[in-house]
Amino acid sequence: MARRATFSRRVTMTAITWVLAFAIFFPILWMIQTSFKSELDAFALPPKFFNFHWTTENYSVVQDRSDYFRFALNSIILSGGATLLGLLVGIPAAWSMAFAPTKNTKQVLLWMLSTKMMPATGVLIPIYVLYQWLGWFDTHIGLIIILFLGNLPIMIWMLYTYFKEIPGEILEAARMDGATRWKEIVYVLAPMAVPGIASTVLLNVILSWNEAFWTLNLTTTTAAPLTAFIASYSSPEGLFWAKLSAASTLAVAPILILGWFSQKQLVRGLTFGAVK
Amino acid sequence: MATSETRLAGRILAAPSILLLLIWMIVPLALTVYFSLLHYNLLDGYAQSSFTGVNNFYYFIKDPAFLTSIWNTFVLVGSVLVITVLGGIGMGLLLDQDIWGQGPARIMVIAPFFVMATVSALIWKNLFMNPISGLFAWVSTSFGFTPIDWFTDYPMVAIIIIVAWQWLPFAALIFMTALQSLDGEQKDAAQMDGAPPISYFAYIVLPHLARPITVVILIESIFLLGIFAEIFVTTGGGPGLATTNLPFLVYREALLKYDVGGAAAGGLIAVVIANIVSIFLTRLVGKNLES
Repeated sequence: MARRATFSRRVTMTAITWVLAFAIFFPILWMIQTSFKSELDAFALPPKFFNFHWTTENYSVVQDRSDYFRFALNSIILSGGATLLGLLVGIPAAWSMAFAPTKNTKQVLLWMLSTKMMPATGVLIPIYVLYQWLGWFDTHIGLIIILFLGNLPIMIWMLYTYFKEIPGEILEAARMDGATRWKEIVYVLAPMAVPGIASTVLLNVILSWNEAFWTLNLTTTTAAPLTAFIASYSSPEGLFWAKLSAASTLAVAPILILGWFSQKQLVRGLTFGAVK
Repeated sequence: MATSETRLAGRILAAPSILLLLIWMIVPLALTVYFSLLHYNLLDGYAQSSFTGVNNFYYFIKDPAFLTSIWNTFVLVGSVLVITVLGGIGMGLLLDQDIWGQGPARIMVIAPFFVMATVSALIWKNLFMNPISGLFAWVSTSFGFTPIDWFTDYPMVAIIIIVAWQWLPFAALIFMTALQSLDGEQKDAAQMDGAPPISYFAYIVLPHLARPITVVILIESIFLLGIFAEIFVTTGGGPGLATTNLPFLVYREALLKYDVGGAAAGGLIAVVIANIVSIFLTRLVGKNLES
């Protein structure tokens, strides 16, 4: 903005915004704080805001009792696997739509989008039955494929909007110099599109990490990620608030950090370019 | 230089994703349609299933739980939409102001969106809404009120609060991004002309936000129609049917009652409802693609 607001107005606006922002953030803060309390302090009335004995024992208990790292590893395998597959299939598709469009390209893009709008509820039954038949129930490969296909439309869309911003002449020049299609994509397009590809990866990891319909319904133990791990606290272990908080903090922390990096790209990715 | 060779390469490179998405769309949906016409109990196995025509739809719709779940679905989606759109516009406007510490404030506002559904539901249910030791109960008692037993007396309100908390950041972020693209000179001109804040909002901000508002409503609707995890870990659809929405009803039919046919019929109804929303969204995005 060219002109600055008056001082008093600025003070008021800052105060209102910060109070509201803090209120929105407070549940997360309270969760993190509770994770450092003893179970007794976590239940204490009136609530202890600062005057409690800080302890990290909840974190070690969570790991010892429920093998947190196994679930975390599953989350990493599932979101990483789904994202890698997505890039492998999505980058060529996005290249094709951005640089070799046909008159159907727009229709194809919109159709891809519409597959994302299919409610999971509508296909839960066949996927469940199919996975039992195929022996894919509660396996990494089964979950990776679901998460990969579920997010593929978003990946292609995001990559497409980034690729569109790269002038096609550069790719053509490379082609004239005798670069093969493969070299053109890997050595010319990919390096220029690194920021776009990075934010696509980021968003896709976040969405896969937090996905909580398929991961709850299609896993039991072997492939269960953190969403299922936390769900196991719904009862009766939910009574242990400090441990629930510690487990939750561990499950949320990596994505919270990634998410802060990807705020801006989030808008592009989730609105399919409809808001800029 | 769209040579025929380029066009061919384009087709080949786009083919795998198109093929995969086609399978992903058609196979499960076709199976859902097929199952919805069968009398098929998961415990008896597929061999014991028999053709039953549209009976599953008949019984699913006739079940009082169906109407309740449809009503619950709309109450949940509608309330969360109203809260997040109004709250999101307010928060977006505030974050767009010239304030100190805008960056950190924005980070705090957006954070809930990244918290996985099972975590936010359980943290709210226990740490905040527990009628004895929850923070809300403590606040009520300090002011001399009786604490509210959220999940017994107002289970749907509790779910709405949790889900709205998760989606308010999304709306705020979209509106903030849209407001930032509002022409700075236009803002200044309005201020110089001494336009009162209300008419500035009504004639400049709101028209500018019309499109983002539509986008937020449509995208949120698609996600909110499928809310499952929050209900799964807090109320289990209860008490009674008080928080059973359509996805949860389908889940209950299939994985708790083992009625594949009935659940498939319910799933198809969910597909129809979601499609009504998606038609509008697809059209909107398509228009944008041309410009």
